[in-house]
Amino acid sequence: MAPIIKTEKLNHLYSAGTPFERLAIKDIDFEAEQGEFIGIIGHTGSGKSTFIQHLNGLLKPTSGKVLFNDTDIWESKAYVRDVRFKVGLVFQYPEYQLFEETVYKDIAFGPKNMRLTENEIDLRVHEAADFVGIEHELLDKSPFELSGGQKRRIAIAGVIAMRPDILILDEPTAGLDPRGRDMIIGNIRSYHEKMKSTVILVTHNMEEIARSVQRLVVFESGSILMNGTPAEIFMQGDKLQKIGLAVPEITRVIMRLRELGLPLNPSIFTVEQATEALLNLKGGRKRA
Amino acid sequence: MLRDITLGQFFPGKTLIHNLDPRTKLIFTVIYFVALFISGSFVSYAIILVFLSVCITISHIRLKVIMKGMKPLLIIIVMTSILNLFYTKGEPIVSFWIIKLTYEGIRNALFMILRIFLLITGTFLLTYTTSPMQLTDGLESLLSPLKKIKVPVHELSMMMSIALRFIPTLIEETDKIMSAQKARGADFETGNLIQKAKAMLPLLIPLFISAFRRADELAVAMECRCYHGGAGRTKLKRLVMKNRDFLALMAGAVLFGITLLFNSLGI
Ligand SMILES: Nc1ncnc2c1ncn2[C@@H]1O[C@H](COP(=O)(O)OP(=O)(O)OP(=O)(O)O)[C@@H](O)[C@H]1O
Ligand SMILES: [Mg+2]
Repeated sequence: MAPIIKTEKLNHLYSAGTPFERLAIKDIDFEAEQGEFIGIIGHTGSGKSTFIQHLNGLLKPTSGKVLFNDTDIWESKAYVRDVRFKVGLVFQYPEYQLFEETVYKDIAFGPKNMRLTENEIDLRVHEAADFVGIEHELLDKSPFELSGGQKRRIAIAGVIAMRPDILILDEPTAGLDPRGRDMIIGNIRSYHEKMKSTVILVTHNMEEIARSVQRLVVFESGSILMNGTPAEIFMQGDKLQKIGLAVPEITRVIMRLRELGLPLNPSIFTVEQATEALLNLKGGRKRA
Repeated sequence: MLRDITLGQFFPGKTLIHNLDPRTKLIFTVIYFVALFISGSFVSYAIILVFLSVCITISHIRLKVIMKGMKPLLIIIVMTSILNLFYTKGEPIVSFWIIKLTYEGIRNALFMILRIFLLITGTFLLTYTTSPMQLTDGLESLLSPLKKIKVPVHELSMMMSIALRFIPTLIEETDKIMSAQKARGADFETGNLIQKAKAMLPLLIPLFISAFRRADELAVAMECRCYHGGAGRTKLKRLVMKNRDFLALMAGAVLFGITLLFNSLGI
């Protein structure tokens, strides 16, 4: 199957020609299949946000290409605009972009720009609100009266309402409490399952990414350092630690248990897997 | 990108010009401006130009950066020079239809271009080599005699430094919100004037809200640190005039004298 989105030798230079010039990403080759759930991790300043803003044409590459469905997105002005709707991007701290009088109108902003009919817009606003768990009574409120977590979910709904083929989220859980985090990650996972669309999730939280994604891409100083399933990546704990990233806590526990001599699979990275493995071990011993 | 605007930006460095006391640079800039405005001959402009080039070379600011900062002001320069070119009275050299080109007009236009160019480049040199904090500290110190006549100098300079401090932040914020709205299909470029003004709402509303939020947070933070205005406040970095500052001021006085001289000679 052809990848839905692909980048070839992508480079981006910020503030070219000034003393602040900086090559934020270098020669990025990346591919995503239709329906894939991909996680991007990397140290602060490693170029994650810069990279994802290329995928929907918000940033123009200094050199290199972004192909959406095998067509260069910069081929024509009309195509870039089209791609903006097909590749939905939720920014870091998206609640600061809310501006309308009511939650409803704010979620409807994207669909309205797509020039959909009133009926279709209404349908999508409610659908998106359901996805992020916003009760319909809240739709007539002002977004500024709501809590931070609610605002965040409304902002995400604003992008989901465009029904993008690819949904990209830049640290959607930054600054939320654990309950708020779980809720948003849950929303995103159910969205991925129901809509079968491609989802790319940027995060610093290893636990949440370990549980959700099918493939993990690790950024380091503007390049892709590793690319593989979470199991493959988290097995290389040393390499991750060297670039300042941590493996999930539970993986650390498992590693330590292995050092102590327990025969455990090193690719365990969720609490559920660990519980199962440990119970198996215990059960196995009893039987033996 | 919005962030590439270099107007009023500070480029850190360790050159002689960077290291001068901000007060020296401010006084110098004033002398420079006055010299520029009283000079009206090619030689005096040439001297100022040479002088400015030397300063730019010392400061290691690249010409490209200055030119880039000049870009947004190009229209003003072109407009004023055109106005000067055609609306100066004098002996016409060539004339056809209603357009008359006079020697005085060409001269005035050229002078105007030179004058604006030198004025702006001089200002750039000041802001490129002096951090906003230094600049306001310098201003506060220079204006402190006005405290005697109850001008709130400290408060004004505090306001100015806060404003300067937040310009890059607001630009960054504008950039971010703009991108976020573009990601939802907002279109800031096409359409007529009214449509364009309306398209700015999704940008301006979040921007104002966040500016107020920031102001509020800053006020609280300042109160938490017991800020109560200027009285009795000491500085972390006290401004001290050094020998190089006196030398620079002398150079300024010499420049002023020479311009005045050539100007009165009329060459
Ligand atoms: N608009 C900009 N102008 C200049 N430099 C920038 C700009 N945006 C980012 N950079 C620089 O590019 C590099 C990559 O930044 P980017 O925001 O992509 O990192 P990130 O991986 O998203 O980090 P974080 O995890 O903190 O969000 C950083 O060094 C940053 O300083
Ligand atoms: Mg980022």
